[in-house]
Amino acid sequence: MTKFLSFKSILTFILIAITGFLYSKDGVITTSVVATALIFGLPLALAAMVGIMCERTGIVNIGIEGTLLFSSFIGFFVASSTNNGVFGIFSAITAGVVTGLFLAFMSISWKMDQIIAGTIINILATGLTSFLYTQGRMAPTTTPIDIPFFSSIPFFGQVLFMHGPLVYFGLVVIFALYVALYHTSWGLRSRAVGEHPGSADTAGVSVFRLRYLNVALAGAVGGLAGAYLSLELVGSWDRGFTAGKGFTALALMIFGRWNPMGALAAAMFFGLTQAITNQLMFSDVAHIPEQFVNMLPYVLTIVVLAISAGKVRPPAAEGLQYEKEKA
Amino acid sequence: MFNAKVFKAWLTPLVAVFIAFAVGALLMFLQGAHPMDAYGSLFSHGFGSWEGFAKTLGKATPLMLSGLAVTIGLRSGLFNIGVQGQLVSGALAAGWAGYAIHGLPVYIHLPIALIFGIAFGALVGWIAGALKAYRGIHEVITTIMINSIVLALVDYLAGHNFQEPGQTLARTSAVLPSATIPKIFGLPSGFFFAVLLSWGVWWVFQRTTSGFRLDTVGRNKNAAWYAGISVKRSVLIAMGVGGAIAGLGGAIETLGVIGRFEPTFNTGLGFDGITIALLGRANPLGVIPGAILIGGIRGASSSMQFDAGVAPEIVDLILALILFCVTAPFLSKWLRSTQVGAKVTSGWSN
Repeated sequence: MTKFLSFKSILTFILIAITGFLYSKDGVITTSVVATALIFGLPLALAAMVGIMCERTGIVNIGIEGTLLFSSFIGFFVASSTNNGVFGIFSAITAGVVTGLFLAFMSISWKMDQIIAGTIINILATGLTSFLYTQGRMAPTTTPIDIPFFSSIPFFGQVLFMHGPLVYFGLVVIFALYVALYHTSWGLRSRAVGEHPGSADTAGVSVFRLRYLNVALAGAVGGLAGAYLSLELVGSWDRGFTAGKGFTALALMIFGRWNPMGALAAAMFFGLTQAITNQLMFSDVAHIPEQFVNMLPYVLTIVVLAISAGKVRPPAAEGLQYEKEKA
Repeated sequence: MFNAKVFKAWLTPLVAVFIAFAVGALLMFLQGAHPMDAYGSLFSHGFGSWEGFAKTLGKATPLMLSGLAVTIGLRSGLFNIGVQGQLVSGALAAGWAGYAIHGLPVYIHLPIALIFGIAFGALVGWIAGALKAYRGIHEVITTIMINSIVLALVDYLAGHNFQEPGQTLARTSAVLPSATIPKIFGLPSGFFFAVLLSWGVWWVFQRTTSGFRLDTVGRNKNAAWYAGISVKRSVLIAMGVGGAIAGLGGAIETLGVIGRFEPTFNTGLGFDGITIALLGRANPLGVIPGAILIGGIRGASSSMQFDAGVAPEIVDLILALILFCVTAPFLSKWLRSTQVGAKVTSGWSN
């Protein structure tokens, strides 16, 4: 009963009720706003997955911003040079893996301070991409695919089944990660390594290898988010292109309590407020200055957290170096 | 005078800077520019002339103070990413007090304007601290969100309510002479104050009970609590004082260097502050050389672009390489000195 009446379920219920009410008033706009929420929220959700995958195995990753920036740049650059979007997407993912391996190398092999390691990735990505950037490039972008049958369902069709390929792929990755983290031995081992690496090691799990693997995989997810940003959502690249999305994703990861579904919900909530404010600006219903519209998602996040959040508990071994005991 | 221990402590950062510049030179060369021209321009404009040196110190001042604000957070177990927002709100508040209050002599007007900057910086920092202390919301979330809110708010205010009359850009009127920080021999005097303040913060952490309390909370929150130290109070103090110092940095830049508030002038200072604090190994005295170096490079990067055709963004690349070489173990092992920054921060957990 208490679970049913929890803050989260009440909030979900209110959101559904409001959406239903608005849909009855104006179906077209409501549908497009919710669809836009998914489009805006997805890169944040994917970026938050990068953080979750690293941190559940005990590696703090504040270099997500750098991963997004670097992979979106490489993806756009390759797609533009080869005039092939698929090459672009794969190079973006590879670039993400490279940043992941670099983070793993610094924080696992070299045992550097993990927050410094992430900061290095961020600054390096900012410097390198801005330095190499040349204006006036064009790249092929992905085209939306309507899923047959499903896309004709009212409301849900347009919200869920009329997107570019990377949206579907991204959603699949997020749900797969959730299942893998809680229902496979990989997930159990990963979480064990993040909570108590000593015990995991005793049980025969290679802490180093699993941490390397997960940080590299997280980099691949970050690369996917980068590819989505430059090759699907925006279709171009500019200096400082990611505009703090990697940092926002960190906040959403903590907001979602290091759980993929929690972070997805937080990202969708964030995307929804952005979509609503966009719609308000576009339809010019109320004359609100642009700056106030832009700050709304941030204000709402703080308010919701101040009401709902108690203490969050990060993975216990996070940010700590693991030294194998000498026999 | 030669002290082997001090020499060793400084050897790694020096070699790191050298390596970073060498790699930067290689990249410039690959891009078809002349590294010697670029670095010549960088150093002659940053450190070669009295005016250039004054510009460097002017740039270094807010950087040093934002580095100091991050350092106080790190020492108290907090990762204050909100320095950017704290600094900018201080800059606007001081700028407003600097042009809107009339008819006061310098010795009253200038302190009032500085206090405005300090107070607003402290307020913005304190909000994040209070949300952490009383509602348990992580400071990394709140400071990131508050940064975005403050930047939007400040941009609006500078473009509307506080905009210079007849101006299309988002900027306030010029600060009155009675609120302008005077220069000493052409050098911005705020710099010397920032150095003094860094030393003061070092002294507080090294020699006082208050500093010891913060340090203990930073090292182990539970132990601190068990010893009877109020963790909540420490969080509020660390965020409030850090915000105040960042706000002062913004105020000094507005009143002493730029002469008015203009949002585009302060971007990135808070994030360079994180780099500076980490370069200084979370030691309040360590921010001084880092801030001067980064201030010099940042200040002269546009002349470097003009003289040698090198994109100023190479500066970020060089900064990342310096941070990498200083903290990576290979260099300190090779030089047989102590590794710096093996463990500076404490992740989210504390």
